[in-house]
Amino acid sequence: MRKFSWFNATSLTFGFAFLYLPMLILIIYSFNESRLVTVWAGFSTKWYGELFQNKAFLDAAKVTIKVAFWSSTLATILGTMAAYIMVRTGQFRGRGLFSGMIYAPLVMPEVITGLSLLLFFIAIGLDRGVITIVLAHTTFAMCYVSVVVTSRLVSFDQSLEEAALDLGCTPFDAFRSVTLPIIMPAVISGWLLAFTLSLDDLVIASFTSGPSSTTLPIKIFSAVRLGVTPEINALSTIMIGLVTIGVISASLVSRSMSIKAKADERRAEQD
Amino acid sequence: MAQPKPDAIFAPWDDPAATPLIQFKNVTKRFGDFTAIDNLTLDIYAQEFFALLGPSGCGKTTLMRMLGGFETPTTGQIFLDGVDIGPVPPNERPVNMMFQSYALFPHLTVWDNIAFGLKRSDMHKDEIGDRVEKMLKLTQLEKFAKRKPHQISGGQRQRVALARSLAKAPKLLLLDEPLGALDKKLRHETQFELMDIQETIGTTFVIVTHDQEEAMTVASRVAVMVDGTLSQVATPDQIYEAPNSTYVADFIGDVNLIEGTVDVPEKNAASDAVSIRWSATEPAIKATSDLTFGAAATVHFAIRPEKVSISTEAPEADNVMSGKILDIAYLGNISTYHVEVAPGLIIKAQATNVRRVSRRNLTWEDHVYLSWTDTAGVVLMT
Repeated sequence: MRKFSWFNATSLTFGFAFLYLPMLILIIYSFNESRLVTVWAGFSTKWYGELFQNKAFLDAAKVTIKVAFWSSTLATILGTMAAYIMVRTGQFRGRGLFSGMIYAPLVMPEVITGLSLLLFFIAIGLDRGVITIVLAHTTFAMCYVSVVVTSRLVSFDQSLEEAALDLGCTPFDAFRSVTLPIIMPAVISGWLLAFTLSLDDLVIASFTSGPSSTTLPIKIFSAVRLGVTPEINALSTIMIGLVTIGVISASLVSRSMSIKAKADERRAEQD
Repeated sequence: MAQPKPDAIFAPWDDPAATPLIQFKNVTKRFGDFTAIDNLTLDIYAQEFFALLGPSGCGKTTLMRMLGGFETPTTGQIFLDGVDIGPVPPNERPVNMMFQSYALFPHLTVWDNIAFGLKRSDMHKDEIGDRVEKMLKLTQLEKFAKRKPHQISGGQRQRVALARSLAKAPKLLLLDEPLGALDKKLRHETQFELMDIQETIGTTFVIVTHDQEEAMTVASRVAVMVDGTLSQVATPDQIYEAPNSTYVADFIGDVNLIEGTVDVPEKNAASDAVSIRWSATEPAIKATSDLTFGAAATVHFAIRPEKVSISTEAPEADNVMSGKILDIAYLGNISTYHVEVAPGLIIKAQATNVRRVSRRNLTWEDHVYLSWTDTAGVVLMT
């Protein structure tokens, strides 16, 4: 055990305060009785009740979930395909260029991505709405998925696929029945990443959304411009809660899986 | 009534009427500028246990992967049962492979791993069950059918890989360094298991290995490969007793190589006698060879250490050399003596330790005599 020192305690406190104090204040004020955000007037949960009466927020939440679901699903399919092809085709002329082009959107400013997509949708005459946001989110989430899946595929023993071919699988059957089940954890975490990215994207969504398709971040952002309300605090607290539950349960699942795998290995050694 | 004929020795390669199962015809494989297989022609017969032996990078794995369908020849053809299998994809070949890493599917149980190939054939569901049970029995894995690959030991995994590759009853089974991951003792046991299984089911096995002992143990014939070509293809005893080059002699087992020139044959010498002069002062080595050599040709005389006798008194023999013991390697059952017979020329002699070490009469710096008969070694041109 390392000895307790004032220096360690201070740096720990400041570090965590820096990270979590703003969120803590937001959560506290979501339980504020007063309509004024900055004046404490006693504990109340009434803003949560009012939030669920607010149709505009609920509609925006529905749109956001719908967009996040479809765009992360599409991004996972396309990103996995891209990763598979980049890892499996081996060396060819222009390989570096291709893989660079898959990852470029990661560092592209969102404003530029949003603007170019907007111009593109106008050029092909596609009306802005849920579909355009889904397409826009798919394009940028797909590269995140492909990064996650690529790192799994690089360590994937290619002889497993060869064994499947050897035992009578067509290349597609080998992918479906051997490769995909094995890389599934990476595919799922890619999907979760894409879902989260879509859930909190503001910039690209505001370029590609239409009048009938406001997402929650857009709604919050435009509401805040007219002044922060306790309702928004309540909404943000719910989102923080959901994300926390998601992260904790994901880590619990993966930890229990690794404990089980270790126990299995120990059993194998004893035999 | 005619007596039943005694079992003939299995040697289809000596029978000109036998048709090979696999034929490589002038096969060349290039990867960019690198030639992995160089104009190779080879016949392998049904029911053989054929070993491809060579150092890493000699092309043995490429040759096997071409049989499996994972590589295609750059030029030349490969026939399996008379059919050119060049354009046939791996999933349509009657060939199965056991991978070096075993390549067991980690998400499936042992049972499902073995059934994997059968489910992709047109076999009926009940038959699949019977076949899997049979394979489990053959490899003594009945107890582990429900386990996942990471729940069993390395030796059991190796047997699952074997069972899976045999389940579809292929015409040809390819084994890529199948015992490489096992420890020495288990490897020896498994070698005999493999031979038993091969004899029981009669499938043609082609094994790739860099372990010469393994190749000698399991195989009916061994092909020694170097730089994408075949140095020698023969039975293990021929490879050992009659290597065709200093490379093969040196690669397989331990050998003494003595360079010399062919002497003019003596009058009334036997037609197969060769005498090799290796030193200006010492007597020439007397040997025999089926080959004929021109006078003064440079040759190598190769003799295995166990064919060299060591003694403290001058024996009566065709070849006798004397020298001083430099080193003794005690291996328990045998000892290898390094004897310097001329400046810079060390001959290794092996003797069985019939007596205990404390009673051994040979020790360092002793003056000893080495001797061997004229048929004990081979004369090699290259």
